Amino acid sequence: MRYAGLTRHSDEAADGPSMSHPSSDTDPTITLYRLQACPFCERVVRRLDELGLDYRSRFVEPMHSSRDVVKRLTGKRTVPAIVDERTGVTMSESAQIVAYLEATYGGKA
Amino acid sequence: MARDFDVVELGPTDHPTAGDVAPDFTRPLVGDEFWEDVSLSDLTAASPVLLVFHPMDGSFPATYIWNELRDRAWDADHDVTVVGLSISTPYAHKRFIHERGLEYSLFSDPGNAVADAYDVVNDLDGMTGISEPRPAVFLLDEDRTVRYAWVAEAWPDFPDYDAVESALSAG
Repeated sequence: MRYAGLTRHSDEAADGPSMSHPSSDTDPTITLYRLQACPFCERVVRRLDELGLDYRSRFVEPMHSSRDVVKRLTGKRTVPAIVDERTGVTMSESAQIVAYLEATYGGKA
Repeated sequence: MARDFDVVELGPTDHPTAGDVAPDFTRPLVGDEFWEDVSLSDLTAASPVLLVFHPMDGSFPATYIWNELRDRAWDADHDVTVVGLSISTPYAHKRFIHERGLEYSLFSDPGNAVADAYDVVNDLDGMTGISEPRPAVFLLDEDRTVRYAWVAEAWPDFPDYDAVESALSAG
């Protein structure tokens, strides 16, 4: 079988390869789709770190046309984008993500 | 009479062999759409794994090896996850996957420390400062126990694909 990611998001199930992968209790619930050296992505990383949130990084290509995985999740090819399995939230735009993280996890540290 | 080409012999190694537990590691695992840190033990937890160390993406041995693995498509009729590992960057892996039409993922290990842990390092003559894995194949069970191992003893050298296939079928 082909490796298809550490966890399966429901959005990917319709399009992705037909392989599932077991997730354990220690797997982070937040997946961050990011681009190397992208300041908007780093902004989200900083907020995740400040909030003490565990997350998984998935790196995509600089070329927008190579980012179908992100498009399937959010409808757009922009990064950063996050998937929060705990809340079922999927979103892009760093300002929106930071606001979401603050609202959802800001008071719980 | 001397032959007019040289196949370089590689020295002895103490690589894991059948019955040993293969070293675990975590490296970016590159698929056709993204890469993320993955541990070998994450993969073996799900199914047996065929771990293929290969020369850097773009070299002719890498091309030959992956063309063969692609065409044999062992994962279609065996319970196995086929993954590669080379010193190439994630960006190079993504290009290689697309160029070769691979449905497999490749670990990226530019520092070559995984090859060191498996004692399959190949220091490249004429490329100062660069070492990469020898071509090598390890078939691992769910607890990373080696079921079959092949490591190049010459350079270049290629896996015995039929022997790998027999090991897969024996499992």
